[in-house]
Amino acid sequence: MTDTLATPQPEAAAPASGARQVWRRLRTRRSALAAAAVLGLLVLLALGAPLLAALEGQDPVTYHDTLVDSARGGVPLGSFGGAGAEHWLGVEPGTGRDLFARLLYGARISLFVALGATVVQVLIGVAVGLAAALGNRLLDSVLSHLTDVMVAMPSLVFTIALFAVVPSDFPRPVLLIVVIGLLNWGSTARLVRAQTLGLKKLDYVTAARLTGGSPWRVARRELLPALAAPVITYAAILLPSNVVIEAGLSFLGVGIKPPTPSWGQMLSSATTWFRADPMYVLMPSLLLFVTVLAFTVLGDGVRAALDPREASRLRVGRAGRRKSAATSPEGGAA
Amino acid sequence: MNGLAGYFLRRALGALAVVLVLSLVVYATFYIAPGDPARLACGPRCNPEQLRQVREQLSLGDPFYLQYWHFLQGLVAGHDYSTGTGVLHCTAPCFGQSYQSNQLVTDLLAERLPVTASLALGAMVLWLLLGIGTGLLSALRRGGATERVLTWLTLAGTATPVFITGLGLLMLFCVYLEWLPFPTYVPLADDPEQWAWNLALPWAALALLESAKYARLTRSSMLETLAEDHIRTFRAYGLTERAVVGRHALRGALPPVIALTAVDLGSMFGNAVLTETLFGLPGLGQLLVHATQTIDIPVVVAVVMVTGTAVVLANIVADVLYAVADRRVALR
Repeated sequence: MTDTLATPQPEAAAPASGARQVWRRLRTRRSALAAAAVLGLLVLLALGAPLLAALEGQDPVTYHDTLVDSARGGVPLGSFGGAGAEHWLGVEPGTGRDLFARLLYGARISLFVALGATVVQVLIGVAVGLAAALGNRLLDSVLSHLTDVMVAMPSLVFTIALFAVVPSDFPRPVLLIVVIGLLNWGSTARLVRAQTLGLKKLDYVTAARLTGGSPWRVARRELLPALAAPVITYAAILLPSNVVIEAGLSFLGVGIKPPTPSWGQMLSSATTWFRADPMYVLMPSLLLFVTVLAFTVLGDGVRAALDPREASRLRVGRAGRRKSAATSPEGGAA
Repeated sequence: MNGLAGYFLRRALGALAVVLVLSLVVYATFYIAPGDPARLACGPRCNPEQLRQVREQLSLGDPFYLQYWHFLQGLVAGHDYSTGTGVLHCTAPCFGQSYQSNQLVTDLLAERLPVTASLALGAMVLWLLLGIGTGLLSALRRGGATERVLTWLTLAGTATPVFITGLGLLMLFCVYLEWLPFPTYVPLADDPEQWAWNLALPWAALALLESAKYARLTRSSMLETLAEDHIRTFRAYGLTERAVVGRHALRGALPPVIALTAVDLGSMFGNAVLTETLFGLPGLGQLLVHATQTIDIPVVVAVVMVTGTAVVLANIVADVLYAVADRRVALR
């Protein structure tokens, strides 16, 4: 792999300039930039969670019995869920654990699991998609059917079910990554197969094949660089859904186990508190919503920036909007 | 019509194969993988003699293919269990007995299915109305402020997990406004009015999420159809805009939406699990979550098989509807 990177290939120039062009288009979309900024901040908050919690002088696991009203079932004392100089966002009802610290540590889990699961999905999806597109008819037929089934199946139901038999002594976040990744790669494989079939017809790939390149070599040197752009876009679409899956599983009590904080789990316990302590519902909901929205907006922006047809449509749309009724034909196949 | 019948038959055979493969994978995953099913079935206070009996009853000594064959037999023809005093007949599709309650899993499913069906079908009606309406509006008001607002609304809709929408609705309508009761399930046959009132919030939560997807699809499909030649011809003939859109463009734009509705059942099941848990509705989703937490394998297997089969069936229905609605589709 290193030799490919060290010596610039002539065909590697195309994706590079493509990336620059995509970046240029992406820069003009303010919503995508704003989303990227929000996500950047979120990643910083997650990475700096121990530091920020130390700055506040709190940690996510210590109980503060004196801060909750045991006479009223453990509702935090003070207004806004006990928010103040000591506990910036208040404390958790019942236990009095610091909400700010728990939210930050929850962000770590959420982002880590979502990113990890996306990597697993992309790896499996690219492998299966490439094998289907490059293999013989039988292999293609088997893998394509498998992919269709994976796409259609109720993956959240299967994911929940799988937690009945997974080893319980395994680190939970890693387990979540593997399970979510294993059950949700179908759409990526479908995309890679379709893209590869299109690329195979291009002259430069044919040339590489005819000059005696093995399928593996063609895949690595010619196809993978060209697949990078669509796969990265698709990964940007997978990320928010993985955030939601993790939060959903933890919400149902089959994901992250206490005392590790996670947003889904906080929301689940918030369902019993929403009358007495609305703040406790609001904070994790807001964070989860902002995260998923930012990922979705960014994914939308990257997709539009990567799609030359969409980009030209936008330009035409601004100049004369009557003319531009034609959208991408893939719209119907979503 | 012969073409359509043949097409349907081929699709049905393919679906049967998928269900068969699904049953094999599910059986292998949940019964063979880790843990000892007999120990789980026997419960925490289990003496060796009971354990041996359970092992015999579940025929765990048999090789894998025989065990799987028994499982399939149970699914197709039912099963008879000896309970010591008599025989317990488990009608097809038989998934065995729950490890937790010893009830027949089939009975559990029959109890829970109406709840999930009520939730799903009601929500579907709502999201189709909402989604198609929004999509049409944003396609027809293309380029204006309406379109931009609707685009952002649908984006926010897709970005909000169903349990957050649900919590928000609960807080708004049950706590602050006190317009609606906190949902409890009332069977449709008992009291249709209470049934609907209690399900209104869960329906809304599911529909808000799903309708965003439909709004996007309807919009792009509508725009595509409006750009086609035959629509231009109708316009050139001097048909009113209302007739062009309502009678002709809509007909061309709806098949993809119909197809998605059936195919979407898969992702809908996932969100139904979350919705049921949030609102405390005793449906299949709640059953699954509870069974997963208590490692009640027969129940888990049953829910997975039922939802998987439902999705496969829905896909056939979608394909057939699509083929009927849009005769341009080649029946291959």
